[in-house]
Amino acid sequence: MNPVSYHRASSIDQAIQMVEGGRGRLLGGGTNLVDLMRKGVERPSSLVDVTTLSDAIEETSEGGLLIGAAARNSAVAAHPQVRSRYPMLARAILAGASAQIRNMATMGGNLMQRPRCLYFQDVAGARCNRRTPGSGCDAAGGFNRYHAIIGASPACVATHPSDMCVALAALDARIQVAGTRGARTIPIVDFHRLPGERPDLETEIEPGELIVAVEIPPSHFARSTYRKVRDRASYAFALVSVAAGLTVKAGRIEEIGIAFGGIAPKPWRAFKAETALRGGPATAQAFEAALADELADATPLPGNAFKIELAQRTLSAVLSELSGSDR
Amino acid sequence: MAIRINGTDVAAPDDARVSLLDLLRERLHLTGSKVGCNQGACGACTVLVDGERALSCLTLAVQMDGRSVTTIEGLGGAEEPHALQTAFIEHDGFQCGYCTPGQICAAAAMLREIEAGVPSYVTLDLTAPVLLSREEVRERMSGNLCRCGAHNGIVDAILQVAAERAA
Repeated sequence: MNPVSYHRASSIDQAIQMVEGGRGRLLGGGTNLVDLMRKGVERPSSLVDVTTLSDAIEETSEGGLLIGAAARNSAVAAHPQVRSRYPMLARAILAGASAQIRNMATMGGNLMQRPRCLYFQDVAGARCNRRTPGSGCDAAGGFNRYHAIIGASPACVATHPSDMCVALAALDARIQVAGTRGARTIPIVDFHRLPGERPDLETEIEPGELIVAVEIPPSHFARSTYRKVRDRASYAFALVSVAAGLTVKAGRIEEIGIAFGGIAPKPWRAFKAETALRGGPATAQAFEAALADELADATPLPGNAFKIELAQRTLSAVLSELSGSDR
Repeated sequence: MAIRINGTDVAAPDDARVSLLDLLRERLHLTGSKVGCNQGACGACTVLVDGERALSCLTLAVQMDGRSVTTIEGLGGAEEPHALQTAFIEHDGFQCGYCTPGQICAAAAMLREIEAGVPSYVTLDLTAPVLLSREEVRERMSGNLCRCGAHNGIVDAILQVAAERAA
């Protein structure tokens, strides 16, 4: 690891000043950044510790929640309002990593996670356009079981690793950002970028900006949940995951929100499927047809074509559970 | 400020690259916390930070300035063992023992999480009190790997201590 200086920010303005210019990086729980520094993927000259900024979880005037960027993942999942009003968010966070890591990881850090693609992490042995733009991608022709089937590009096929962000996408969360040019709010579905020809540009955050809070609007779903399918039962990244919220009245779908993890370079909000389903019957046939349309543009790799059927089956199972009369 | 480690104040290192795990083992000679994967995948380095379980390998020691760290040496020893240490011995919760300090630190925090009503991914009702089961313990302890495969004994030991506390 290269020498690095450490500063603890006591305010948002101070954090912005400290990280401005140079190769400074904001440090949350360190579960991703410290690991990538040790592997030589990240080589910051300075670290600005922002875990001292707001970690408050408070109700907004419109009936939603405002969660400070420094709030720990475990604190958010355990919060009574999150558990009762946003079960898909609580379950998504609890599906991620381990209890130790959830205690360390922050909201802001989770949003800013870098890909877990092994080729991205292998500085000495693999080419990666995200790590070194223009160098090539060894994942596309390599072991790509965990890679994207939709939204990727020839330059990069890595998936976004977060569970929490998948639920935030289905909930239409908004990311509050502060920076040298003032404050702004970015909808979660626009926050992460698709790789295109510049996979190194991962989010809409500009240099000199930082996440200060995540705003979650009131949930209109009667029921919601998160289901994660993975190679071992716990403590593994998703092959496919689904965050879904549903309100069914008299057999018709009134409200629906669907997002996928594990299949795309960003949390994949299934807008096409939602539009096809809204107002229609809550039947297994309707769920399957809607998702077939959503994934019509999928271009799987040799190692992950199974994800198309896995995504269809997982979504059908989740929506059947949410619309069923079993509870 | 300083880092309070097992009740004793220790100065934070000048070099920001020093992990909490390296501070504990290499500088303070508290070698109970183990270096397993050193990348957040195995849990052998688990310690308690302000009472909550955390991975000391991915924690920079400088970040701990002003906070309190408890290692396996602070939980209990041969003279006065922690209830979990006794239970791990009774239930053969280990073979080689390398993962054991991390397992016991994680389990100590896990029991407090259950008492506080914190749900897990396998908890059916997120708003009801947590009912402890093998499935709950296995899910909650998934961040601690045991390559000897002593997981059944580990789960038995934890369930016994939980039952003793509830009695």
